[in-house]
Amino acid sequence: MNLLNISGSPHVHSDESTKKIMWRVNLALVPALLCAIAYFGLNALLVSLVSVASCVLFQWLIEKFILKQKSTISDGSAIVTGLLLAFNVPATAQMLWIVIIGALVAIGIGKMSFGGLGKNPFNPALVGRVFLLISFPVQMTTWPAVGGLFPMSLDVTTGATPLGILKEEGMAGMPQAWDLFLGHVGGSLGEVSAIAILIGAFYLLCRKVITWHIPVAFIGTAFIFSGILWLINPEQYLDPLSSILAGGIMLGACFMATDMVTSPMAKSGQLIFGFGCGLLTIVIRNWGAYPEGVSFAILIMNSVVPLLNRWCKPKRFAV
Amino acid sequence: MRTFRMGGVHPEENKISNDAAIEVMPVGKQMVVLMNQHLGAPATPVVQKGDKVKVGQLIGEAQTFMCANVHSPVSGTVLKVDTCKDAFGLSKPAVYITVEGDEWMETIDRTPDIKRECTLEPKEIVAKLKEMGIVGLGGATFPTHIKYSIPEGKKAEYLIVNAAECEPYLTSDYRVMMEHAEEVCIGVSILRKALGVPNAYIGIESNKPLAIAKMQEMAKGFEGIIIEPLKVKYPQGAEKQLINAVTGRKVPSGKLPIDVGCVVSNLGSCFAVYEAIQKNKPLIENILTVTGKELPSQHNYVVRIGTTYNEIISHSIGQLPETTGKVISGGTMMGKAVVNLDAPTVKGNSSVLVIGEKEARRAEETNCIRCGKCMHACPMGLEPYLFSALVKNNKVEEAKAHNILDCIECGCCFFSCPANKPLTDEIRLGKNKVRAMMAAKK
Repeated sequence: MNLLNISGSPHVHSDESTKKIMWRVNLALVPALLCAIAYFGLNALLVSLVSVASCVLFQWLIEKFILKQKSTISDGSAIVTGLLLAFNVPATAQMLWIVIIGALVAIGIGKMSFGGLGKNPFNPALVGRVFLLISFPVQMTTWPAVGGLFPMSLDVTTGATPLGILKEEGMAGMPQAWDLFLGHVGGSLGEVSAIAILIGAFYLLCRKVITWHIPVAFIGTAFIFSGILWLINPEQYLDPLSSILAGGIMLGACFMATDMVTSPMAKSGQLIFGFGCGLLTIVIRNWGAYPEGVSFAILIMNSVVPLLNRWCKPKRFAV
Repeated sequence: MRTFRMGGVHPEENKISNDAAIEVMPVGKQMVVLMNQHLGAPATPVVQKGDKVKVGQLIGEAQTFMCANVHSPVSGTVLKVDTCKDAFGLSKPAVYITVEGDEWMETIDRTPDIKRECTLEPKEIVAKLKEMGIVGLGGATFPTHIKYSIPEGKKAEYLIVNAAECEPYLTSDYRVMMEHAEEVCIGVSILRKALGVPNAYIGIESNKPLAIAKMQEMAKGFEGIIIEPLKVKYPQGAEKQLINAVTGRKVPSGKLPIDVGCVVSNLGSCFAVYEAIQKNKPLIENILTVTGKELPSQHNYVVRIGTTYNEIISHSIGQLPETTGKVISGGTMMGKAVVNLDAPTVKGNSSVLVIGEKEARRAEETNCIRCGKCMHACPMGLEPYLFSALVKNNKVEEAKAHNILDCIECGCCFFSCPANKPLTDEIRLGKNKVRAMMAAKK
């Protein structure tokens, strides 16, 4: 007979794994990707493919030749980073090579330099995105005009994002909230359609990959704070519904602020984290140099996660 | 439906031996009876080589406070008083007995009649529990007479009987409820009398509807026995969680159930109490489950304590399947992997659980992704991921400050970790380090 195995209890496992979690996130990003393809055409698909492929490739190269460790690309986390990075850039043909640089920064600096998945303090996709925004300001803010369904032309026809319009021209040119909800507006590849993002987020909630705390706190704070500003001066400030639907709040709150690695663990910490993200987003949008503040807000809040983990302890059974 | 308030998981129940009626396991040729089958100091052997013993005769006496009597499970001649390796490979003092016939002590009532009346006073009940070597059969084997000797200044308000059987696979308590409901209720009444509390609550998880119905029906004929169906959630049967589920009270860190007016006994113990008080039968038998998905048949047995694991396996299923990976004493969540199949069973053993090769291996450990699942699964509200890091870096003080000693080792953290980190192992190591540090300071 074989020798018996000996180990400490428990002797069963829930069958949950990092790999399963990451693939669920990938699946949840599919509706937003399909929406982007529908609105921005082939470019959206190409930018996403290039971004994902380069993220996976860079992770594999770094693990094989620099860290000299077993490859972990099968866990699907590089694909999540690749998709999220693509979702945060304009769907234009010139992004095809720029996004490769973004992928190198996201994976190389944002993730692998800290030791890989789980060790990174900042959301890798946002690190890549912000690097690109600062290094390629023109290309990163040249938005494709929204075509109808499946515009197959590869020409860059510049459009503008709702928040860009607001910053430049004021309230007059703003699209309706309903268009914002469906995503029939200019903007980064994956952020335009609130409905597609919410479908994905709903799936993640059902599969218990994320909890409601961060998205609700994030979106809720942004809604209330922008609502207060709007009540003070509706001429100058955007109404709260458009505020949460325009720009990257939905994508950020549902998919990037909820990144397990870079968000607090306790529920109370998650609420504070979401609150901070929402508040900073509206502050940057209204008084900052950029029309959009979600990336910076999340990155700033990422940096206080260790503190939040220290302050916000789970409720103990009994003291 | 009631349950405990925080954390918990729901592992696959796998109660595949539910319908197997309790069978009697025959007695082997030789019996090895360990002297410490309970929490505390080992009992002192009171027999010598060559002595004749009967079934139920005292062979190990409790001479210190935290100790319990040990009785002979067989009749025969004492071969030697020596040591024996237990199921986990540790050497323990033991009495070896060569079995001759099956002659029981005359005092033991072996008739099948059920005796309801108990005329003993509370103090006499406790004294008799001590004499009969009764210990808690839920796993910790805490001597029952100590638990029911309420210290000065404390008052018991609740008697809670743990029939949650929240561990996967285990069905011995279920079978006892199905086959010995009346005896169990008498045992509960005796314990209720010993404590002087108005009501006893029997907590049963709702995945055992037949047992709940049976016990509810039986409890009608008894005063002060309340059946409390509980939501299925592990670790419902953990003492602090069960108290929380039934009464809503919380046992503070480092305190005992009696500090919140509760006494908890396992269902199997109540059956043993009935036999001890009403039938004069010491604790010489275990009811245990022989189960596993790989096994050709599933069983529940009444087994003389001291029967070896190999004897149980060969009688019930012939031999272990080729695909066996692990043999566990207890359930899959808190049971211990058996090292030595030639070891005798002891008081409190509840199962011989056979796990297949594939299930017996842990998946590869990967980086912590800080998902917090361990923390949310923890029924004590602790931070397992933090302990893991602190223990690895030998930050013992800090681990203690984060209440590592509150951990009940239920395994929910490791169970739910997507990175397969052996959190429960690391916490156990940490607890030992903390205890060593505290001992060194004294």
